[in-house]
Amino acid sequence: MKRENLLIGILLIVFYAAVFFATETGLIPPYYQVNLYLMGINIIAAVSLNLIVGFTGQLALGHAGFMAVGAYISVILTMKLGQPFLLAVLAGAAAAFLVGILIGLPTLRLKGDYLAIATLGFGEIIRRLLDNIDYVGGAAGINGIPKLTNWTWLYIFTLLTIFIIKNFVNSTHGRACISVRDNEIAAETMGINTTYYKVLAFSIGAFFVGIAGALYAHYFFLIQPATFSFMKSFDALVMVVFGGLGSITGSVIAAVAVTFMNAALINFGTLRMVIYALLLVIIMVFRPQGLMGTKELTFKRLFGGKERGGSANVNDKTSD
Amino acid sequence: MKNNKWLVVLIMMLVAALAATGCGGKDGDSETIKVGVNYELSGDVAAYGTTAKDAILLAFDEINEAGGVLGKKIEAVVLDNKSDATEALSVATKLVTQEKVVAHLGPATTGATLNTIPVITEYKVPLITNSATHPDITVDPQTNKTREFVFRTCFIDPPQAIVGAEFAVKELGVKKVAVYYDNTNDYSKGLYKVFKEHVTALGGEVVAEEGYVESDLEFRPTLTKFKQSGAELIYIPGYYEKVAKIVSQARELGIDVPFLGADGWDSPDLVEVAGPEALNNTYFTNHYSPQDPSEKVQNFVNAYKERYGSIPASFSATAYDAAYLLADAIKRAGSTDTEAITKALAETKDFDGITGRFSFDEQHNPVKEISIIEMVDGEQTLKTKIAPK
Repeated sequence: MKRENLLIGILLIVFYAAVFFATETGLIPPYYQVNLYLMGINIIAAVSLNLIVGFTGQLALGHAGFMAVGAYISVILTMKLGQPFLLAVLAGAAAAFLVGILIGLPTLRLKGDYLAIATLGFGEIIRRLLDNIDYVGGAAGINGIPKLTNWTWLYIFTLLTIFIIKNFVNSTHGRACISVRDNEIAAETMGINTTYYKVLAFSIGAFFVGIAGALYAHYFFLIQPATFSFMKSFDALVMVVFGGLGSITGSVIAAVAVTFMNAALINFGTLRMVIYALLLVIIMVFRPQGLMGTKELTFKRLFGGKERGGSANVNDKTSD
Repeated sequence: MKNNKWLVVLIMMLVAALAATGCGGKDGDSETIKVGVNYELSGDVAAYGTTAKDAILLAFDEINEAGGVLGKKIEAVVLDNKSDATEALSVATKLVTQEKVVAHLGPATTGATLNTIPVITEYKVPLITNSATHPDITVDPQTNKTREFVFRTCFIDPPQAIVGAEFAVKELGVKKVAVYYDNTNDYSKGLYKVFKEHVTALGGEVVAEEGYVESDLEFRPTLTKFKQSGAELIYIPGYYEKVAKIVSQARELGIDVPFLGADGWDSPDLVEVAGPEALNNTYFTNHYSPQDPSEKVQNFVNAYKERYGSIPASFSATAYDAAYLLADAIKRAGSTDTEAITKALAETKDFDGITGRFSFDEQHNPVKEISIIEMVDGEQTLKTKIAPK
């Protein structure tokens, strides 16, 4: 087990160094660099949404709203108040976390469709508020944001997100969240404070997507309320469902795949969205549980699967 | 289980194959001049982007038929930015760094255009937008410096109001005007401010001014007030949905003074909602008029109509001008070096376009005539053209 972790650690560092080297020397052309950053941001958004939708079972559609909070707060700190980038990102995330609690407390009493509509509404409220605050440029947004997000920050924050959410899910709190998803009444009977865990998962998800928003804002120069429309929430939801509700590695793979598809199909013009939609339909028809289902992609699964035979794969949940 | 795994692999391979063919098909040769066309072809504002792209392709085909530029044909590399500012940056990066375009046309909207500016500036490729009207597009608000590589072929908002004021006071000879503006919209508020300033400067007087909000449906109380104020003209710098309702309610109240507006009026829906009768004696400022009798305009309107089956909208005309302007600049630069083209663009003088003869001012905004459209029995007719001072 320990040797495996060491191996993962080394691989992650090697990957980091390889990409760092490749971007510095121009081995990765600028167009793919843009998409590399989008991949990282999408991974953070998808994994954090998976915690809410996949692990806690709360269909929330206000993710873009929290992303907007993270983006705007961090930009205000770096551009208007001259604070360092790291502080700005963390403050953006913390603000998203607080807004998550504020919105989560009243809405998470709702279930299913009702929750989806309520969170969708709150996401739009955040956007409308930003539309009408002149300090942050109203509907025109803030433009000329310094490009502070670099590969190192992106990589660190992406890994941290995955690492913390994975450990959260495997902790007592995470198990409580999963129990809420699987059977809320049973969980409550067992003495689990379901509202507490729902709000906890919701605001942790908001925290991380706040980071994604901050990284986004400091790479793409311009933020407007329109950037964080509910379509952004849907994009994240598509990745989560595509990768598998309740699979962190699934979300990562899906985020990478969706971003890659989007970039690779660009030459098809308007047909691109049709092809993209068609691929999603095909995948959902043949794999309704998503690419990974609720399972995780682990080293054992990759390299040890064959020796232990096919059937072992099925019940092999996050054994690392 | 096994089948599913294979399916996933299959899909991945399919995507990879698609990507490979997509990339492989566009190997350019040096016999053509590549121009990037980065427009909103799907998503919210696809209507704007598509008409602009259509007009650009029409212009390039005409130029190529006439022998091209510098002995080479222009090759348009058209990519869709999905009406998404992030995507616009991604597309611009691809156009500039992979397709190695010599110039970048589009996007149509302010947000998307702002997002592409850092990229085209970094690689020193000129950009011409045909419909992004925000002042920040060509001038960096932080340094107040003109952005070296950014140009546009549409006029920005203030000249419209200046011309409107001049038309009202000098041509229509009115002294007392009322202004009814959209209080929730920067475009409307900006026009209102400039219009008021210029009417006053020309010796007129704003006798009544009121704002409406997006959700208003009942305008009669305000209009009655305007009537009592003795206004001889009512200026409505708004969008056609509201304008149509305001004008028809005003005519019901027996207000027969002329109305004046701006390019937000330009829509077939205006006539449909207000009715041709009510719109008589109303005017608005616009980029061009398809009724302009000039041969150049009529040739463009007919060619566009023949190819796409509809009358070109204002922003088709500005896009068409952008394409011709670029070809002209490449000719004048005498090379396809991006910095030489940029320099030629900045030096544009008296370029004869569909939307008027224009030169760029030091902020890379076109200084050109603005058309005044008069509504006559539901038809847009060209009343006059005025150059802002």
